[in-house]
Amino acid sequence: MADKKLMKGNEAFAEAAIRAGCDAYFGYPITPQSEVMEYLAAQQPHLRTGMVLLQAESEVAAINMVYGAAGTGKKVMTSSSSPGISLKQEGISYLAGSQLPCLILNVMRGGPGLGTIQPSQSDYFQATKGGGHGDYRMIVLAPASVQEMADFVKLGFELAFKYRNPVMMLSDGIIGQMMEKVEMFEQMPRATEFDQRWVTTGKTPDRERNVITSLDLDPARHERHNQKLQAKYQLMRENEVRFETIACDDAEYLFVAYGSSARICQKSVKLAREKGIKAGLLRPITLFPFPYDEIDRLTKQLKGILTVELSAGQMIEDVKLATEGRVKVALHNRMGGMVPSPEEVLDALITHFSI
Amino acid sequence: MYMEAYNKILEEIIREENLVYKKTALMTDKPLSYCPGCGHGVAHRVIMEVIDEMGIQAETIGVAPVGCSVLAYEFMNIDMQQASHGRAPAVATGIKRCWPEKYVFTYQGDGDLAAIGTAETIHACNRGENIAIFFINNGIYGMTGGQMAPTTLPGMRSSTTPYGRDVALMGNPLKMTELVAMLPGTYFVARHSVHTPLAVRKFKKAARMAFENQKLKKGVSFIEVVSNCNSGWKMTPNDANKWMEANMFPFFPPGDIKINGEMVAKAEKSE
Repeated sequence: MADKKLMKGNEAFAEAAIRAGCDAYFGYPITPQSEVMEYLAAQQPHLRTGMVLLQAESEVAAINMVYGAAGTGKKVMTSSSSPGISLKQEGISYLAGSQLPCLILNVMRGGPGLGTIQPSQSDYFQATKGGGHGDYRMIVLAPASVQEMADFVKLGFELAFKYRNPVMMLSDGIIGQMMEKVEMFEQMPRATEFDQRWVTTGKTPDRERNVITSLDLDPARHERHNQKLQAKYQLMRENEVRFETIACDDAEYLFVAYGSSARICQKSVKLAREKGIKAGLLRPITLFPFPYDEIDRLTKQLKGILTVELSAGQMIEDVKLATEGRVKVALHNRMGGMVPSPEEVLDALITHFSI
Repeated sequence: MYMEAYNKILEEIIREENLVYKKTALMTDKPLSYCPGCGHGVAHRVIMEVIDEMGIQAETIGVAPVGCSVLAYEFMNIDMQQASHGRAPAVATGIKRCWPEKYVFTYQGDGDLAAIGTAETIHACNRGENIAIFFINNGIYGMTGGQMAPTTLPGMRSSTTPYGRDVALMGNPLKMTELVAMLPGTYFVARHSVHTPLAVRKFKKAARMAFENQKLKKGVSFIEVVSNCNSGWKMTPNDANKWMEANMFPFFPPGDIKINGEMVAKAEKSE
């Protein structure tokens, strides 16, 4: 039974969490993602599926509750927005170092500092390059619709458990707040089926004690641990790259944009084609791993790339890495909660490449 | 020749019927990393003995802190999770909420619990999480080399208060245990020590209660262990214990503070 509803992105995420069989959510209110916990509270998930819902005393406490709960092998998650995600960075580093699966949603708002409650994409570096201390990566999924706010919950948990690693959904204030039609997947059982030999359940005589830790004072052993983590991140690079291309087959100019920026560029492609400009759009769905190879492949046919971001230009560095200087890469950006129109983006393309 | 005779005497002494004490199997064989004279080893053993005697190893999850006891999981033969500095009560909350029928405890020092983790401690206690919190208070940051802790006494020397803690400059020491006893979410709050056989027996009785209480689901059991840090205090183990009795106990008096959710009247307090 297809269950179609008109929902906010944040609400779709919350409903999807319950349906994906999430075991526990720990959070702290922050605009523009407070609807996640509000929706969950109204749904009384402890009655619907037995899911734990707890409002923590801080973002720091919330991510550490996630750490504790993830160690039990359950499907756990948290959500926040930029300043709150900054507070969670230490916890995320511990989760990655201890190889614990979990799902973290960042509904980005403008920074730096307290910044603004308006949408932004200025946490790209933080999400894709580490964020916390130490060498670690997370798979970063970038939803561009309310539908994907729901679908990526299911996908996110699958990937988190596949790699025993935190997965981040990097959304923004537009996707979180806007309402769209969404088709909900059916309720999944809450029981998690995976290798649970590593989790803390209480030591039984038939096995060694299980310890969840990121600490190792022996440098040689700790280097091996780091190498193991890096090998895992390499596997992610090889197997988990996801992207969408629109009108790229004959494209001479390429927009590269993710999330809400990609939605704007979709319209810009249409406007460009009406003017006879052969423009296409590449939308990275995973920001880590980044679709370097696809951009590399397209570079051969392109006259120019315009990266469109709601930041000072962060993803553009990865686009430039992919093109290795073979084609001009320009940036059109807005900051501080401002959003470009499709016409503005097209004008920027025409100006930058003197079309 | 000497060794032969020695071994023979050992063989005669070490027999099952002569044994009066046996190390619990819940302590691993790894040599403790603590300084000789430190209270951590005794506190570890007592908690492990309680879990052993209750037969709940298969249902118990411990949370190790940051500090001298950061490697507690190397010595405690149970499932454990390492927490980041101060966050043990939040980590324990996450575990307990997912395994409400299991036994969950944290083991934390004074810097961990009463400075960087104050918010997590107070809120876990106030929510009434059904966990046990063991709070080892030696008035100093031991691992990092003896800096001032939130529980360093007025006038007490540390590496960051080399002329003694000046309350006018550094503020007051914090009585966390009295503070959490006032919260509705704590069910059992007590202060103990592990420096004499009698004190160890009292602490063990309290530790047992802290685990038994988890079956009742009536809130946090919180036990402070006033302990020494002879290395950090720059004293011999014996002098450190004497100093602790003379100086720490008047400020952090041992005894029950709250039992079965009721505050213990001051006149009834022991010691």
